[in-house]
Amino acid sequence: MRLTRDRLTAILMILPSLVLLGVFVYGFIGRTAYVSLTDWGQNPAQALALNPVISFIGLENYQSLFTSALDSRFRQDLVNTFFFTLFFLLGCLAIGLTLAILLDRRVKGEGFFRTVFLFPMALAFIVTGTIWRWMLQPQGGVNVLPTLIGLPRLQFRWLTSREQVWQFNWQNLPVILGVGVGVILLWLTVLSFRRGRRGRGTVMAVLTAVAAIWTATGARSVEILSYPEPHGFNLALVGIIIAAVWQMSGYTMALYLAGLRGISDDLREAARVDGASELQLFRHVIFPLLGPISLSAVIILGHISLKIFDLIFAMAGPDNIRTSVPALSMYLRAFRANQFAEGAAIAVVLLLMVGAVIIPYLWTQLRGEVRR
Amino acid sequence: MKRVVALLTITFFTLAWAQEDQLEIFSWWAGDEGPALEALIDLYEQQYPETEVINATVTGGAGVNARAVLKTRMLGGEPPDSFQVHAGQELIGTWVTADRMEDITFIFEEQGWMEAFPQGLIDLISTDEGIWSVPVNIHRSNVMWFVPSNLEEWGVEAPSSWQEFVDTTCPALQDAGVTPLVVGEPWTQVHLWESVALAELGADGWQSLWDGELAFDDPQVVQTFETFSNVMECANEDAAGLTWQQATDRVVNGQAAFNVMGDWAAGYMTTTLDLTPGEDFGWAASPGTDGTFMLLSDSFGLPVGAPHRENAVEWLTLVGSAEAQNVFNPLKGSISPRLDTEASLYNEYSQSALEDYRNDTLVGSLQHGVVAPETFMSEFPGVIQGLAGGGSPQAAAAAAQELANQVGIGD
Repeated sequence: MRLTRDRLTAILMILPSLVLLGVFVYGFIGRTAYVSLTDWGQNPAQALALNPVISFIGLENYQSLFTSALDSRFRQDLVNTFFFTLFFLLGCLAIGLTLAILLDRRVKGEGFFRTVFLFPMALAFIVTGTIWRWMLQPQGGVNVLPTLIGLPRLQFRWLTSREQVWQFNWQNLPVILGVGVGVILLWLTVLSFRRGRRGRGTVMAVLTAVAAIWTATGARSVEILSYPEPHGFNLALVGIIIAAVWQMSGYTMALYLAGLRGISDDLREAARVDGASELQLFRHVIFPLLGPISLSAVIILGHISLKIFDLIFAMAGPDNIRTSVPALSMYLRAFRANQFAEGAAIAVVLLLMVGAVIIPYLWTQLRGEVRR
Repeated sequence: MKRVVALLTITFFTLAWAQEDQLEIFSWWAGDEGPALEALIDLYEQQYPETEVINATVTGGAGVNARAVLKTRMLGGEPPDSFQVHAGQELIGTWVTADRMEDITFIFEEQGWMEAFPQGLIDLISTDEGIWSVPVNIHRSNVMWFVPSNLEEWGVEAPSSWQEFVDTTCPALQDAGVTPLVVGEPWTQVHLWESVALAELGADGWQSLWDGELAFDDPQVVQTFETFSNVMECANEDAAGLTWQQATDRVVNGQAAFNVMGDWAAGYMTTTLDLTPGEDFGWAASPGTDGTFMLLSDSFGLPVGAPHRENAVEWLTLVGSAEAQNVFNPLKGSISPRLDTEASLYNEYSQSALEDYRNDTLVGSLQHGVVAPETFMSEFPGVIQGLAGGGSPQAAAAAAQELANQVGIGD
């Protein structure tokens, strides 16, 4: 690579933003990661002192997040995030796809409907949250809708329910994780063999066996907590999931609509000439072609859902532990309770979670570009 | 070149302006509470006309937003001249312990305030090292609200103990199809717990809890969580979705019989809902706490490194004076902490509060910043929520004790 004048100019041009990015993004990430390994905030006398004495304590903060009695809120936050992400993604994809397919029929006034469906995305989550909080009030809003047609009032407590379903014991987490990983690996094994990739399949099979053996032996002996701690899906999240789906399904629709429009009519005609029914057309031609779009949607919605904060703050308030998520706990821990190190530890966990979604995506994207 | 000169000039004047005779007052008093602050500032401007007052208000109930902004400014080395803070541990456990406040005992001594304010209050705002803020007002936390005519209709009376409430009042009201007690969002539940705990532990027990002499996992304290659980059985199930005003509304509408809330509820009912104290709504000390006044107070302190320290001291001297407090409190809907207050300035409810304030034993509120540092206050709602969601009193007590150890209560 020769340093031509042109290249030099280019480097000079992007240098300022590289430096700023390096300091204000990666530098601060590094700083947060460092703070999370200290005891900043444990001693109130040092938390806000002019020159606080901060000492390095290693992974203690992380350990306490996953094992201390006081941090059961954080563990429920993780469970909440899991269920919220699951239903938010499913809801957005299903509704978005349905709307897109309907609109793709070249309905009259398509532009109008497109705007209507896309409009919620223009609102801030904090606005959506405030409006939906009013609509989901226990004694009004959605709950009184049935009375308009003479039916009895709904009694569901959208945001204030204390019920929890699908409970599991936090102590069993290693086993659950082991089974989950095992199932995914098994699926990959089967897939590899089906596609005729023997070598890969064998590796996967070995990994599956390792996961199964570990789940059966090692996982049972890991003791995270010394007492059972039930966690599950809090029904109070239902209201928040509805609001979030309302906000983002229009966006998914737009993505899918673009994808559908990208599928040429020739392809559809060809399938029809070959005798495919409409259902078969979708199943074998259109859905596979929409695959990459679904992936993009899952990535984008996934990272929104992992770091969601404002919607829940507006709808259920910061102290409602049934609807809490890690971002909320991080804010409260660091900026209300002055426990800066613990807040930083939660932030790092969040970063890792978002990274787990984004990095594989970036990786496949970059690899694709290099190949081209 | 011209531009550069212009820029430099602007910078110069900005800097010069910053050196001027000013006073920056940082608070969260806006909206309904704004006029009361304005009245204080007017008074200051009359006495010190050459000083320019900057009203740096950050809106948001109970200072939730203001505290975050204040934290940023203090950590950034840019403290306001004086800031509003809940008197007591919220200030002491956060800023005093970090050496960020000036001891203002000298103002108390110069002005003769050691006699003007009751000893019980001075104890709550002091440490061994000094006195840390000037209280401007007093609110009472342990008040139970109801509508007298409704109670008559349902055939119940304000209970005199939580035991009586759970055993007799609650079933009677449930039979009548009325919610016995209405609670709101999480902090109002902590507010309820402090009234229950005060009744169970008594004034001395409550204080020793915060001195670290009484542990949270002591059977006596476990009992407060137990009683709280029983009381919550009589409360509305949609609590988490209600603001305190909506909870008060349910009492006024006759959907619920009782509500425990600070006496800003009286201000809400008289000013916003236009009700007459004593007729349209009634009150009593929360069950089992007669003779004890659980207080909270807004106050102003003096941060280390205040840019206009002289003016700030003048400000503190003013807000602690009888004259300023008589202007401020009737507008704010609170009472003056001073013992020489003119009772005739206040409405019927506030007069009764004033009377109790002077005669009762004074203790500090947890939810409103008097007895525990910020870290404890911030995490404690989680403990109460776990309990309200069906957790065991023992687990709540253990969690609370762990929290107390963490923040060093009793060290």
